[in-house]
Amino acid sequence: MAQTAEAVRAEPSPQPPPAGRGSPGRKRRRIVPAPYLLIAPALAILIAVLVWPVVQMVWNSLHDYTIRNLLPNAPAPEWNDFAHYRRLLSDREFWTILRNTVAVCVLMVGITMVLGTLVGILLHKLPRWFSVTVSVGMMLAWATPAISASLVFRWLFLPERGLVNVALDRMPDWLVGGGWLNYNWFLEPLPLFSVLIAVIVWQSFPFIAVSVLAGLKSIPHELYEAARVDGAGGWRSFWNVTFPMLRPLFALLLVLQIIWDLRVFTQLYILANSFQNKSVYLLSYYIYQQGFSASPANYGMGSAIAVVMTVMILAVTAYYLRIMIRQGETR
Amino acid sequence: MTATTGAAPHAAPRRRRRAPAGVLLRRAGLYACGAAVFLFAVFPVYWMVATAFKPVGEIFSKDTRLFPGTLTLEHFDRVINGELIPGVNFWEFLVNSLLVTLGSVAAGAVLSLLAAVAVARFRFRMRSAFIILLMVIQMVPAEALIISIFINFRRFQDATGLQMLGNLSGILIVYTAVALPITIMMLRGFVAAVPRELEEAAAIDGAGPWTVFWRILMPLVAPGLVAASIFAFITAWNEFIVALTFLGRSTEEYTLPLSLSYYFGRFGTEWGAIMAASTLLTLPVMAFFLFVQRRMVTGLTMGAVKG
Repeated sequence: MAQTAEAVRAEPSPQPPPAGRGSPGRKRRRIVPAPYLLIAPALAILIAVLVWPVVQMVWNSLHDYTIRNLLPNAPAPEWNDFAHYRRLLSDREFWTILRNTVAVCVLMVGITMVLGTLVGILLHKLPRWFSVTVSVGMMLAWATPAISASLVFRWLFLPERGLVNVALDRMPDWLVGGGWLNYNWFLEPLPLFSVLIAVIVWQSFPFIAVSVLAGLKSIPHELYEAARVDGAGGWRSFWNVTFPMLRPLFALLLVLQIIWDLRVFTQLYILANSFQNKSVYLLSYYIYQQGFSASPANYGMGSAIAVVMTVMILAVTAYYLRIMIRQGETR
Repeated sequence: MTATTGAAPHAAPRRRRRAPAGVLLRRAGLYACGAAVFLFAVFPVYWMVATAFKPVGEIFSKDTRLFPGTLTLEHFDRVINGELIPGVNFWEFLVNSLLVTLGSVAAGAVLSLLAAVAVARFRFRMRSAFIILLMVIQMVPAEALIISIFINFRRFQDATGLQMLGNLSGILIVYTAVALPITIMMLRGFVAAVPRELEEAAAIDGAGPWTVFWRILMPLVAPGLVAASIFAFITAWNEFIVALTFLGRSTEEYTLPLSLSYYFGRFGTEWGAIMAASTLLTLPVMAFFLFVQRRMVTGLTMGAVKG
């Protein structure tokens, strides 16, 4: 749900730089305590709750750390010489989960971006009343909490009674094949991930569409006229005008979408509905399973997987930071 | 639109050029796409609400219909007045959810406003580092940190005797922290948009820093504070994995999303009640969402004009 704020950040709204920054008239160089006092409470809670645990996550991943170490008078966790990582590297299940996570993430991001961009362009071409109506409809999809959305999709794809199953069953067999009524979508990786991708795309495309629409409104109309005079059709004017103009926006949306989709948990938790089928795990699900569902709970292993996921996300974040720094957001 | 068809020889060669029929066809195509997008976006929400109002017989019937034949409130009655989890009812989950969301929103509003003033109004040594830290933290997923945070809370609880797990205090702290980076960055824009001259003029007139803050800054930053608070509210209201991990088996402390998943896990067949509960969970978010969208856009454009 970080989307609300991001919608605003992603829009190319000209944010005024902090007023008074570096005003040359003033030459007070001594350290003023006020700003430090002002950020201190926020910084303290951020470090205690979110920054320090990153360090601990790395430490945990390098030690034999299970729930037994939390018992009273338990010995301290022992250094295990990268055993978790060595096990992960040789664990074929882990590689399958990693591969699935990347594949599912790529599909989610790709479909969301393409669909969202197309809808944004469509909204730009529709008359205002229609575009507003569609936008309000999209707000509903966007605003639905992850847990409600997952339950609805579970219900839509339910064997025997789900609307999708019933509809597919009533369609002619030569078109879609038969036997859909009792088809269970939630057992095998392929159908389950398809439903998962459907939920995520349904929830995330509105954000892309609305952001692209805002971006399109900011492009001067003359550019398109010029492209038209030069004989460019819709396809070419998108790649020669729209895309270069909105490149920073697209880069930002892409990065945010990747980060959000890599960490998907709630939707999978509801759709898979258990931890028994390891073939439908994604990374965040694996972390949770190791830490809280395995017996005994293996914090060290869970942390090692978490380190892998964090490294992937930080790599994408580095790109995000580059965009933000270039846009002057950190000044 | 006439210019498109007239001057673009490569575009859509199949369409009859300059003919009004072509233009009409094109417009009809756009409208149809718009309607399809609208249906795709709205349908699952419609289906949730429709199922919530359907009688049990209709939900179980093999003859699935798009529109409920008769409407009933039995599922809402069961969710609100019945006991989804033995011994705990809907109102207790609602109170838990409200306590934890409002608590974290209030704490977050104070902390982020202070930090935003520092970032927008002062130039200090750690400023850029602080902003970059916020951007990085915003990205690190709670799903990765959850084990470490859990262990910390557990150890803290064992050491001090203050309960952090199995009640609302732990998740309240986490929700507050998780929302902070984004709310600080949002508020920073609003604070920066308040003209410094205004504050200086007030200061010259003899207003102390406290008066300047309450009388000048606060009224102008209020829309931003509302937007940031609603954002924090939605994040906390929807949050699932932290509550799932930290509340464990203390069902009487469950928040609404958690009660829903528990209910689904145990009684996965009562789809009417599950959809009714989902609808109830979704309603406040939708109301806030429609409200915040407009508010944030106007707030920001106003800021841009003023700055």
